Amino acid sequence: MELLRDLIFDYTLRNVALGSALLGVVSGVLGCFAVLRRQGLLGDALAHAALPGICIAYLLAHAKTQIVLLLGAAVAGWIATILLLQIVRHTRISEDGALGIVLSTFFAFGIVLLTFITKRSDAHQSGLDKFLFGQAAALVAEDVTTMAILGGVALAIVVLLYKEFKLLAFDAAFAASLGFNTNTLSVLLTSLIVIAVVIGLQTVGVVLMAAMLVGPAVAARQWTNRLSAMIVLAALFGALSGLAGALISVSDEGIPTGPMIILSLTAIALFSLLFAPERGLVWDAMRRRMQKAALAD
Amino acid sequence: MTNERFDMSASLAIILTGVLVATACALLGVFLVLRRMAMLADAISHAILPGIVAGYFLAQGPNLLAGFAGASLAAVITVALVEALQNTRRVGGESAIGIVFPAMFALGTFLVSKYFANVHLDTDAVLYGNIEFAAFDVLFVNDVNLGPQSLWVMGALCIINLLFVGLFFKELKLATFDPGLAAALGFSPVLIHYALMAVVSITTVGAFTAVGAILVVAFMIVPAATAYLLTDDLSRMIVLAVVAGAASAVAGFFIALALDASVAGAMATMTGAFFLLALLFSPSHGLVAKARRLQRQRMRVAMENLVVHLFNHEHQAYEEHEAEVAHLSSELRWQPGFARQVIGMAKRAQLVQQANGHLMLTGTGRELAQRASALRDGEG
Repeated sequence: MELLRDLIFDYTLRNVALGSALLGVVSGVLGCFAVLRRQGLLGDALAHAALPGICIAYLLAHAKTQIVLLLGAAVAGWIATILLLQIVRHTRISEDGALGIVLSTFFAFGIVLLTFITKRSDAHQSGLDKFLFGQAAALVAEDVTTMAILGGVALAIVVLLYKEFKLLAFDAAFAASLGFNTNTLSVLLTSLIVIAVVIGLQTVGVVLMAAMLVGPAVAARQWTNRLSAMIVLAALFGALSGLAGALISVSDEGIPTGPMIILSLTAIALFSLLFAPERGLVWDAMRRRMQKAALAD
Repeated sequence: MTNERFDMSASLAIILTGVLVATACALLGVFLVLRRMAMLADAISHAILPGIVAGYFLAQGPNLLAGFAGASLAAVITVALVEALQNTRRVGGESAIGIVFPAMFALGTFLVSKYFANVHLDTDAVLYGNIEFAAFDVLFVNDVNLGPQSLWVMGALCIINLLFVGLFFKELKLATFDPGLAAALGFSPVLIHYALMAVVSITTVGAFTAVGAILVVAFMIVPAATAYLLTDDLSRMIVLAVVAGAASAVAGFFIALALDASVAGAMATMTGAFFLLALLFSPSHGLVAKARRLQRQRMRVAMENLVVHLFNHEHQAYEEHEAEVAHLSSELRWQPGFARQVIGMAKRAQLVQQANGHLMLTGTGRELAQRASALRDGEG
């Protein structure tokens, strides 16, 4: 009960919980498309690629205005996407290799810029290093508002283009034959994932962002075969783990929010894999054992 | 002390560590890139964090051996978990990776901030390492100063990886390019897969302290991918990958020095710079060469079209008209600029000659036209 009261009246906790839940919803929804298109690790690459963008935006604008930094992150993520596409399309390097290349070199360049900035200016004044590991505890109401607006736009686009995205996710070739511009749709969907990543950087950081996109979708997939239900469930699971992470982290000293969100999410995904009706692995094992027993008789 | 022999300058120790990391990583990276396991290596590099923390916890402080043991165990668990998830067929390959390594990394950061908040186990260093201190972390055995520890660790890993790749070259090659044949010939691709994962894990752990998690990945994947764009020969690819990695380490060191920025970061950035060069300018697989090849092909086909067109209308009543430059561009549906370009090239190649506005085939032009139309008829 006390927790509930804090959740409503405690300024910090309210922002952290709201921000984390918001992130869970947005990345849960977009993650469904990414996972179904077998691009689960695209978010990971984009999150890493955002770092140099944030640093360059800081150097150019001489300010840490959130929206400027996020814009930098988005531009860098976008450039990374284009590079990724070029490598996969024009060379014999696999998508897996291209992801690794883009992820590690962009991030390395980001680290160079980050250390360059840190040594020139006051060590932690820039506050850029919070993007590495995320700092949900430092979210203020203004951040949450920005997150809500960005996330709202992304979700609205998903609703508007739901049919197109659905077709793209399940049968891109068919979509193309119907006359949809699959290239444009694909770039648009990736741009929306960039938005989710940008929202997530402040909360869970570069490394853990991958799970925010993959986790809810994988968990939700186990419970249903319908895309619409899967999206709703993923949003729910994302929000739930965001809330849980925020609440666990305030329950004791020195517990970071981001990792707790990810661990809650992992627990939900594991539970779904094991116990979801029909697809659950436990039921699978039991069915097999019963069949064996029936055969033995 | 008898340490004059090992008293090398700090810069040299850092550069040498970088080169050794690059070499050890590139040797294995070639196979990771060819076998499409780049992101699995990335997952391992992150997921060893809880293992390192556990080692730190058990040894009550920083201990090379305990860290190594813990991290290797974590790496094994990661690979096993990813494969177990994939085998359930409920989760795609890349999604399995996307679930396992963040969970392991989250567990690691949680342990660090909960139990070691005041201890020297810097989480930033986890990501981008501490190669700057390579010279100062000295290895003592029986109180004898043996020089920088990182050099010993990375040197040993280089030797292990060289031996691994050298001894099992044929097996690795076959299992990479034709796993079916490898199995048929009696060496198990699965065994080779796990052996490769094992050396990747210990290399990651060893390089981790020097350059950090994500930069290990850069050294493993990027120089190998660069080499893949430059050659079709596996042994040459390995050599090129090592050279690209080592060159990145050296160049990165001086750039970091100039900018006063992270050395490991600059070294890994340089691997990206070299990759970009190869991507653009590789003679065989580069984008520029590819675009040029395409353009040359286009021109060749256009010239062929030109001479065939002229040839078809030779000795016809309206030959004069068909051979007019302006008419050609509309007849063959060419932009006037492109038509001029093609005609210019054909003239230079002595396929056609121009006489007061009309084009005429030369002897070689007629030959080419005959050959081309014969070929086309054959196809039709």
